[in-house]
Order: sequence, then C-alpha cells, then structure tokens
Amino acid sequence: MTGDTALNQDERIKEEPLIARLMKRPELGAIAGVVLVTIFFLFTADSSMFTLSGFMNFMSPAAQLGILAIGAAMLMIGGEFDLSIGSMVAFAGMIFGAFTVNLGLPLIVAIPMTLVAAACMGAVNGQIVIRTGLPSFIVTLAFLFILRGISLVGLKWLTGGATQLRGVRDAVEGDFLAPVFSGEAFSGLFAWFASLGLIETFKNGMPKVAGIPIEILWFVGLALVATYVLLRTPWGNWVFAAGGDANAASNSGVPVRKVKVALFMFTASCAALLAIVQVLDAGSTDARRGFMKEFEGIIAAVIGGCLLTGGYGSAIGAFFGAIIFGMVVIGLTYTNIDQDWFQVFLGAMLLLAVMFNNVVRKRVTGER
Amino acid sequence: MSEPIIHMDNIEKHFGNVIALAGVSFDVYPGECHCLLGDNGAGKSTFIKTMSGVHKPSKGFIRMNGKEVNFASPREAMEAGIATVFQDLAMIPLMSVSRNFFMGREPTKGRGLFKRYDHVAANTITMKHMREMGINLRSADQAVGTLSGGERQTVAIARAVYFGAKVLILDEPTSALGVRQTANVLATIDKVRAQGVGVVFISHNVRHALAVGDRFTVLNRGRTLGTAERGKITAEELQDLMAGGQELAELEGSLGGTV
Repeated sequence: MTGDTALNQDERIKEEPLIARLMKRPELGAIAGVVLVTIFFLFTADSSMFTLSGFMNFMSPAAQLGILAIGAAMLMIGGEFDLSIGSMVAFAGMIFGAFTVNLGLPLIVAIPMTLVAAACMGAVNGQIVIRTGLPSFIVTLAFLFILRGISLVGLKWLTGGATQLRGVRDAVEGDFLAPVFSGEAFSGLFAWFASLGLIETFKNGMPKVAGIPIEILWFVGLALVATYVLLRTPWGNWVFAAGGDANAASNSGVPVRKVKVALFMFTASCAALLAIVQVLDAGSTDARRGFMKEFEGIIAAVIGGCLLTGGYGSAIGAFFGAIIFGMVVIGLTYTNIDQDWFQVFLGAMLLLAVMFNNVVRKRVTGER
Repeated sequence: MSEPIIHMDNIEKHFGNVIALAGVSFDVYPGECHCLLGDNGAGKSTFIKTMSGVHKPSKGFIRMNGKEVNFASPREAMEAGIATVFQDLAMIPLMSVSRNFFMGREPTKGRGLFKRYDHVAANTITMKHMREMGINLRSADQAVGTLSGGERQTVAIARAVYFGAKVLILDEPTSALGVRQTANVLATIDKVRAQGVGVVFISHNVRHALAVGDRFTVLNRGRTLGTAERGKITAEELQDLMAGGQELAELEGSLGGTV
C-alpha cells in the first residue's frame, strides 16, 4: 500500500450493512429478548398485562433486580464478579434498620451511612481480590456466606432473637426524605390524568395506578448515569480497559486497581440502595432479603451482553435484561402456564445469551 | 546530526551474580533508525528495559540531550520522551482503535461534573494519524481485534509518536508478522524517522534491520561487538557477529547457506 491508493478508501473494505453494525452492539440480544418476550405474552397472557397497571406490576420487580444488575454489569465489564451482592442486600438492610429503628437516626444520616457501610464492604472485597490476585469469584463467594451470616447473627442480636426487624415505617414516619426512596412518584400527575379520564380508574374515581413506583425511577436514572459514565467519560474507558486486559491497561497508565476497587464499591452501593428501597417499602428488614439475587443480577447482566471474561457489555443491556426478568416472573401469572416454569426459562435464557454473546464477540474482534 | 538524543555510556547490569550487560554503549540521533541486533540471550531485553526505566543500570550512565538522567520508573522515562512498544503492544482487542489510542490519556471537554470523553476529537485524531501512517480505517470505532498484526503495531507506534516520543524503542516489531505486514511496519518506521524521532529497532532478523537501519549495533553475551553504518556491512557479516562467528559458519555450511 503506497502513495495514492493508501489515501483512498481501501477497495477491500465493504460498506457495512446496518444489520451487521447492530449485531455488534452488546445490548442487541437483550432488546431482541424484550421483543420476543413481549410477543410471547401478547399471545398467551391476559390482555390486562399490557395495561398501565400491568406494566407497573412487572416493571417494579424488574427495577428492583435492575438496580443490582446494573452494578453487576459495571463490575463485569471491569473484569470482576461480585457474588456477595444478594447477601449485601440483607447486610445493608440490617445496618439501615439498626440506624433508623435502634438508633432513631433521620434518613438524611441513615441513608448515606448505610451506603458508606456497604461501599466499605465492597472496598474490602476489592482490596482482597487485588492484593491476593485470587479470582473475585472465590473471594466474593466467601463474602456471600459471611455477609449472610452476619445479617442473621446481627439481626438476632439487635432484636433479641428474631431474624426480622420491624418498625422501620414508624421510625421514618414523616421524614422528608422518605418519599425519595419509597412509595410512588408523580401521584398528583396520575390523579390529574385520572380526572381527565386518560388512565384507568377505580369506581370511586381514584386512579388504578397511583404513581410510578419509586424504584423504577431509580432504575432508569441509574441505567442512564451508568451508560453515560461508561461511554462518555475517561473513567468509562478505564473500566473497559481494566476488564479487557488489566496488564495492557496498566502499562498505558490506567489506574487499574483504583478502577476495580471503585467498581466493587459501586456494586455494593447499588445493593445497599436496593436494600433501602425494599426496607422502606416493607417497613421491616429480614436476614433472608436478597437471597439468590446475586445470580439473578449476574444473569440479567449476561443477558444484557456482558462477557464473562470482562471488557465488554453495557448498562443499557443490563437494563433490558432486568426487564425481561420482570416480564417473565410477573407475566406467567397472567397466563395459564405453571409459574414454576420460570426457573427453566431462566436457565435457558442464560445459556442462549452466553452463546449469543460469544458469537457477537467473535464478530466484533473479527475472529473466525 | 548534532548530538544524540540519548546516549547510554558503558552500561552494566548485574542481577545477583549474573552479569547481563557488561559495558554496553549505544546512542541514538534524531531522525535515525539505530538497530540493535543480537541473538536470544544476548542482553537486548535487559538493555532496552534499562533504557526505558524498568531497570536501573548497575554501572554507567544515561544522558539525554547531554544531561545525565536517572529514571526511577518507566513512567518517568515516558515523560522524558522515551516510548517503548513492547511485543504485547498494550492493546485491548475488544475496544475500538480510538479508545485504545487514547487509553489512559483520554481527551476531555467540559468541566467538573460535565467533564467528558471527547469522542469526536479522539476519533478525528486517530483517523488522521493512522492515515499518515498509511492505514485507512473503516472507522475509528472499529475494534482493534479486527486489525492485522502489522496494523496493530502501527497503531501502537502512532500512539507513541502522538504522545510526544523522542526516542521510540520497538521490541522485535516484525518477529511475528508476515512478509507484507513486515513491509508495512518497516514503512511506518521510515515515516516516524522522517519526523525526527530517534528509532531503536530491536530485532534478530538481519534482513529486516538492513531494510530500514541507519546504523547497526550487535550485542553478544552482554557486550557490544561494535557499531557499523549503513552500507559498510553486509548481511553475512552481521549474521556472523550475532551468532558469535565461528559456530554459525559451520552450521551454515551444513545447511547450504540458507540461514
């Protein structure tokens, strides 16, 4: 290749068709999944699933899982796993309960302190992984048990024998921050819509959907922020680099250790955020909270296009991965299908997603 | 050619009781390609690692533009303008060319919370510099994994030059490449040299060295066996020096002069 021809377009490079370009987007699989699942339920489910109240019904669990999944996805792109996020939900819930009920702290103190406590545990995870060089799979598996155990023991100690701590709702009654983390948002707007007859109402004129469940707003907000950080900041570039090849990244001046520890802290904070939302919603905290959620979170991230080897994936993908989850869990109740098929679906979806991701990765890198 | 950018004087490096380098002198002028040749175990790697700040010399000193320098870390050497392209290239196949190009040194726009990665600038600069090196990318968003070995090598070289390399050390850039890709990399070296960068080209392939080199220094068992200028030494003579002369002559005889 010399002189003139080098400056012109290389004749061997074909213009890439749109489909081929789309195939390379990590979130494509998850979006396709959402479409397929929607079509499936359009045929099999009761039509009430696709009303506004039906939508909120399945989006609410999707959002709760999604908050975890987005954290898990960021960490996976950074090349690490955290299997302790489910237990972290119970642990953070216990801390939060202790702050609000036992210590009577206002939310403006209790919430940041809960997030900090969780982030510290995340940092411990991260530091152990980085300093020992052990796979994060093993280190966080240990913390899956450690944190669950601490939650059980701690709650018994706090309550004098029970593994459930009640009275959170009374403790935060009237707190000005409570509406930011619990209940429904925009209820005035929804009431107004109802009065105009734009949305469904009960016989007494109250709207069937009182507002948008707050976790959905957190879920959407988190997905947007995570996507912005990943794609539009230097820090996002470091996350991809640290996950793609930690050695190459660090040779190029990327602070790989800091990035990874920060990701562990972020993931743990996501779990704590979910714990706060759940505890405020239920009014109590339980040592069994978040049980098995670490796997569901990671599965949603994988369905969303994250590679198990790191360095590739997207927060938007995890967002849609979580929605698929919510649609199936809740959607099955609108059909005649036995709900326990859910687990079969879960496994099949994971398998399909991993195989699909493998193909995508090969396309991206041009391997054959 | 006035004075060398970097001058390594009588460098010795000992690892415990192993003498890896036993007094090596080497210099690079701006705009020249100085080839460092040697067989495996001759001390090439130790020598370039000393030059790029990974190792500290046990004896001898390093001067840059006439001033003595002491690099505490590779980062310091990099800041002084010594860039090394190692064989693994420090590239991530799943990331785009421009993201690799700027990895760790991303261009940003905006302030404070709104400080963000400047996509447009990154892509334009990458495309421009790759074109200057004679490689047409489909787009700067193309993953590095889709590039050939030679093209990746070129990205690594272009990146080093863009970030202000005055001395560019290339560690066996052609050892894993095919004929055509080797030619591309050698052409890239020529372009870099034309910009006034001093290139240190490490190789054990005499043909590749002779194709672009201005001067040739041969290392054998931790010592310099002398430096020759272009045109004053033949491939056979270089080959002999590298292998330590005698044995290769015998080998060559039995192989019919094909080495």
